[in-house]
Amino acid sequence: MLPRSLLAGALLAAIPPAFADAEIDALRDEIRAMKQLYESRLAELEARLQAAEARPAPTQAAPAEAASARASAFNPEISLILQGQYAHRDDIPERGITGFMPADDHGHGAERGFSVEHTELVLSANVDPYWRGYANLAILDDEVELEEAWFQSLGLGGGVSLKGGRFYSGLGYLNERHPHAWDFADAPLMYQALFGERFSHDGLQLKWLAPTETFLEFGLEAGRGQNFPGTDRDGNGVGAWSAFAKTGGDVGASHSWRAGLAWLRARPEERAGHWEDVNGVETETEFTGSSRSWVADFVWKWAPDGNPRTRNLTLQAEWFWREEDGELSCDDADPADPSACSGGSTGDYDARQSGWYAQAVYQFMPRWRVGVRYDRLDGGSLDFGANDANLDDPGYDPSRASLMLDWSPSEFSRLRLQYARDKSMQGIAEDQWTLQYIMSLGSHGAHRF
Amino acid sequence: MKTLIVLLAALLAAQVPAAQAALRVLACEPEWAALVRELGGDRVNVAAATSAAQDPHRVEARPSLIARARNADLLVCTGADLEVGWLPVLLRESANPAIQPGRPGHFMAADWVVLLDRPARLDRAEGDVHPQGNPHLHLDPRNIARVAEALARRLASLDPANADRYGERQRDFTARWQAAVAGWEARAAPLRGLAVVSQHKGFVYLYAWLGLREVAVLEPKPGLEPSAAHLARVLDSLRRSPARMVVRAAYESPRASEWLAARAPLRVVALPYTVGGGERARDLFGLFDETLARLLGAAP
Repeated sequence: MLPRSLLAGALLAAIPPAFADAEIDALRDEIRAMKQLYESRLAELEARLQAAEARPAPTQAAPAEAASARASAFNPEISLILQGQYAHRDDIPERGITGFMPADDHGHGAERGFSVEHTELVLSANVDPYWRGYANLAILDDEVELEEAWFQSLGLGGGVSLKGGRFYSGLGYLNERHPHAWDFADAPLMYQALFGERFSHDGLQLKWLAPTETFLEFGLEAGRGQNFPGTDRDGNGVGAWSAFAKTGGDVGASHSWRAGLAWLRARPEERAGHWEDVNGVETETEFTGSSRSWVADFVWKWAPDGNPRTRNLTLQAEWFWREEDGELSCDDADPADPSACSGGSTGDYDARQSGWYAQAVYQFMPRWRVGVRYDRLDGGSLDFGANDANLDDPGYDPSRASLMLDWSPSEFSRLRLQYARDKSMQGIAEDQWTLQYIMSLGSHGAHRF
Repeated sequence: MKTLIVLLAALLAAQVPAAQAALRVLACEPEWAALVRELGGDRVNVAAATSAAQDPHRVEARPSLIARARNADLLVCTGADLEVGWLPVLLRESANPAIQPGRPGHFMAADWVVLLDRPARLDRAEGDVHPQGNPHLHLDPRNIARVAEALARRLASLDPANADRYGERQRDFTARWQAAVAGWEARAAPLRGLAVVSQHKGFVYLYAWLGLREVAVLEPKPGLEPSAAHLARVLDSLRRSPARMVVRAAYESPRASEWLAARAPLRVVALPYTVGGGERARDLFGLFDETLARLLGAAP
C-alpha cells in the first residue's frame, strides 16, 4: 500500500501543467481515496494494538500468588466457641423428666445464675489425600471432654464414605449438631429423654450417597454403645447399632426440605437409674436388656428466591418411639429411707414410650430471629412385671413450650433470650428465662442445611 | 420388606441418569455456569449451585446441592474463600473424590487471575475478610477471558475425546468476547472518573476496569449489614465528596441504598451482578450489556 501511494504522489508531482484539469481532478480523487483507506487501516491497527495492550497478560503470576495464600492451609483449621448464659430457674434440687429413665446428663443449662458453658475447641484438617481428621474438645473447669475425634475418608468413590473414631451419630436432625448451632438454648426434651443430649458412637460409620438426582443417603453405624441408652461393657463385638436413611430436595427456588428415618439398638447391662416407688420413695434401679429406638425427622426451609439473607423460615419436627425390654431390679437408694424394693427385687421390664417436638424459627429482618418450640413426651406404657406392685407408674406426659429471640451482629456472634414454660416434671410448672451468648473464633464455620 | 427393597431398587433405577457422554459440571455461581456453556456447548451438562437472586457468600449445603455434587465430574467455582461458608461442607458430604481440592475436577477461577484488595490485616474485626483478595473477580470481563482459557484446557483434559472442540469453542468465544470488550470500553467512556457508593465491596473489578471511583461502602465492614449509624456517616461523607450513584447487586436488599438516595442527590443503580440478574443478562454478553446500560443510565 505504502509504495503504491508514494508512486501515486511521485506521478502527481511529475504531471506537466499542460494536462487537462479534469484528469488532474480524477487523479486527486484517486489519491484521496487511497489516503483514506490507508488512514482507516492505520487506525484499525492502532485500535488492535491498544486492545492487545489492555488485554490480560498471559496467566503466569496468579497461581504462585494463590499458592502462597494457601500456605496457611497446612495448619489445621482451628476454631474456639465461647458460650455462656444467665439462667433464671426455680430451686429444684433434683431435675429429671417424670416417667422416663434418667439418661446421663451432660449438664447443659443446669446451672442457675451466670455460668460459662462448655468452651469448644475444634481442630480439623486433611490428614493426607485419603483422610480428613476432626477433633472437638469441650472444656469446662477441671475437665476436658472429648466430644468428637474422628477420621473420615476423602476419596473412596462411588458415593461411599467411612468415618471412624468418636462421632455424633447421624440419626435424627439435631443429633449431629453441637450446642452452638442449636436454635434454642437447650436440647429438645425428646433428645434429653432419649440420650441425655445426643447419641455418640465410639466406632465406625459407613455412609452411601445414592447417584440419584434426588438426595438419598443411607448410613450404618456400629459402636461400643457405652452411652445412654446403652452402657459400657467388657466384651468383643458391637454394643450399639444404628442405621439411617435421609432424603431431601428443593421445591421451586424458595423451598427446600429434608426428611430422615433412623433406628438405634443398644444392649444395656446393669444400667443404673433411679425411680420412685409406689409411695414416692427414691429407689435405685438397674436395667439389663435391649433398647430399640426409631427417630423420624423433617425440616422445611423457606427463603425468598432461596436468598436467606433478609428473611427466612425454618420448620422442623422430630419424633421418636422407644421400646425397652429386659430385667429391672430395684433397691433402696438410701438405707435410712426404706422403699418397697427393700432387700432388692427383680422383675421383667417392658417400656414403650414416644415423644416429639416441633419448632419454627423465623428471621424477620437481617440479624434478628424469633423462634417457638413445643416439646411433648408420651409416658406410654410401663410394665415392671413382678415390680408392678413396688414401682410407680406416673402416667404423666411431660411437655414444654419455648420462645426465643436472637440477635446476630455478624455470622460469628449471637445473643439469645429464651423463655420456656417447662412441665417436664409432674406437679411443677416452671418459668425458665435464659440469656445466652455464643461467639465463634477462628476458622469460618460452614452452613449446614 | 421385600417389596420395599424392590420398590427402592426401582426408584434408584428410574433416577440414575442414563449413562451419557456429556461432562457433568456443577458451577458454584451462574457466571461460571454460563462460561462452561459457552465453552462446552452440548458436550457439557451444567447446573448452577446458586442463582442471581442469592448471595454467593450465604447459601446452605442443601440436600439438592449435595446430590448434584455427588454426580459431578467437574466443579467450577470462584474460590478465594467466596464459598467458604458452604462449599467445604458440600465437598465433604458429596463423597465425590473427583471434585476434591487438588483434583482436575476442582476448578477455582481465582487461581487464574490476579486478585485485587488483598487485605493488609487478617482480623475478623475487619468483617468477613478474604485473605486471598476480593473474590468478585468476574465483573472485569478481561478476567473472564483469562478464566475461559484455563477452563477450556481443563475441560479438554477431563474429556480428551473432545479436546479440539473445547479449544475451538474457546478461540471463537475469546474472539467474540474481545470484540465485545472493546465495544463496552468505548461505550463506557463517560463513566471514567465518576464517584460511586457501593452496598458491598462486590464491584471493585468492575470499577477498576471502567475507571469508576468507589468513595463509600454501605456495609460498615464486608459482610455486616448496613447499620443506621454507619449510613449516617456515609451520608455525612457524601456532603463533602458527593457521588453520582449508589450501586447494589440484584440479590441485595434495596433498603439501605434507597434510604441513602432519599437523603443525598444520587441515583440507585441495581446491577444484575451475574447472569440471570436482569432482563437482558441471559448470558455473559448480556450481563455486561445490561451492566453498562444501567451505569450509563445514571451517568451525566
